Amino acid sequence: MSTSPLVNCEHVSCTYGNAAVLDDIYMKVNKGEFVGVVGPSGSGKTTLLKAILGTHPVAHGSITMDPKLTIGYVPQVETVDWYFPVTVEEVIVMTRAKSTWWPRITHAERTAVREVLDRLGIGDVAQRHIRELSGGQQQRVFLARAMFRNPDILIMDEPTSGVDVRTRHEVLHLLADLHADGLTILLTTHDLNGLAAHLPRLVCLNKRVIADGNPREVLTPSVLEATYGAPMEVLEHGGMPLVVDHGRVQMRGEGK
Amino acid sequence: MLAIDIFEPYGFQFFRHGLVVASVAGALCGLLGVFVVLRGMSYIGHGLSHAVFGGAAASAVIGINFFIGAGIWGIVSGVLIARVARRRVLGADAAIGVVTTASFALGLALMNRYGQASKSIEAVLFGSVLGVKFADIVAVTVVALIALAIIVAWYRKLLFSTFDPDVAQVSGVNVSFVEMVLLSLLSLTILVTMRVIGTLLISALLVIPAAAARMTTNSFSKLLWISPLIGAVTCFVGMNLSYHLDTSASATIILLDALVFIVVYTVAGTRNRMKMASLGHV
Repeated sequence: MSTSPLVNCEHVSCTYGNAAVLDDIYMKVNKGEFVGVVGPSGSGKTTLLKAILGTHPVAHGSITMDPKLTIGYVPQVETVDWYFPVTVEEVIVMTRAKSTWWPRITHAERTAVREVLDRLGIGDVAQRHIRELSGGQQQRVFLARAMFRNPDILIMDEPTSGVDVRTRHEVLHLLADLHADGLTILLTTHDLNGLAAHLPRLVCLNKRVIADGNPREVLTPSVLEATYGAPMEVLEHGGMPLVVDHGRVQMRGEGK
Repeated sequence: MLAIDIFEPYGFQFFRHGLVVASVAGALCGLLGVFVVLRGMSYIGHGLSHAVFGGAAASAVIGINFFIGAGIWGIVSGVLIARVARRRVLGADAAIGVVTTASFALGLALMNRYGQASKSIEAVLFGSVLGVKFADIVAVTVVALIALAIIVAWYRKLLFSTFDPDVAQVSGVNVSFVEMVLLSLLSLTILVTMRVIGTLLISALLVIPAAAARMTTNSFSKLLWISPLIGAVTCFVGMNLSYHLDTSASATIILLDALVFIVVYTVAGTRNRMKMASLGHV
């Protein structure tokens, strides 16, 4: 029985020019885990994902993964050119670019696309241009593209960034279902209450790992202040931690 | 009488050669222009044509074959741009600015220093149907066939790395290599096209047909048909018009392209014009 982690970051440091973005990161992601990385803007969340994906160089330390590991990557939807002339179907089969030179989408691929779209509850959008999708559908299509590779691990960058509450719920439930089916998931988020608090494991990051554990252990005022550099209050609501931006509460109080 | 007038230029070999080169070049530029426009690289056509001018000037002065000298120069410039642009501190626009203007300046300096070469250099700058030989037909046809073969064989790789280079890289596509091949193809295209169109106007042929085609369809595969068709037809008609109007072939072709763009822009209407949001750099 293999117990080696799918992703193993040991003393990882990354830089942009001379500026350190990540410093001595130690993090493991085991098979079947659902891990969220939280932290403020500029804390190195996306850089950590890029380092794991191999698209950003590691200055020091090492990231080890099984070379046969298949990664499904979902970038931030804000980075997508929604005017690009492609249909949903074309977006999804792109991931087979390396394995085939045949330019046309085959019947087998079309069937496989329909299956993955059906699984994500958007079976009727295959022939639509990506611009014609709603926010929730857009997120699901890019999730479908990642799932089309039958990945061992799903890596997502801010999956609920810029989406409405309903879409956030949809994404969260979808990811919970995929995780329940055995998929390993690693994502970044700045959404502490809407997403992070619901995950089984959180890593608080601000250039270095501040804390790593389940939300009850990690979402504490001291850890959050060390991560975000601002005082935050943690309440309990429905048995789950609820983070309150302390500064915002004070301002409201002052307004009265 | 009118029919005789229309076919009159076909009696001249230089015109027939020029017409074939221009039409194939129009299709080739239209084909590669799709990637230029969708990748937001419109300025690179302008830049690379200036870079190749340096190579053309050097070839003329040293007395080596134009295609070899300017071709090597163009490919090296393309690779240099890709390498400098990847160092994100600078960005592609600065990389193009540095590499291509230096190359263009070298061409001008050579032109000043060795005046006897200025005639062929001017032909490279503004294009000339008179200088087109059978070798040019062979060259442009070979490059067009190579480009077509690569685009068919790498259709998915090119589409993926154009749409989403980061995820393409993660999915196993060698995005840097794809980009380098695309830039080399662009350099070769500019090289075999510049005799007719000229360095100064070639970038328009890379951008306008693709930009006009983009407003007619939301399909990438259709774009790869429509854009070369616009490029080829405008070059063919432009060449004929230039003879009868006694105007520069390159200027007539580009003006015709611009007219097609205006017509498509007007006819396409507001809804399709929304697609222009992805052409903000044009």
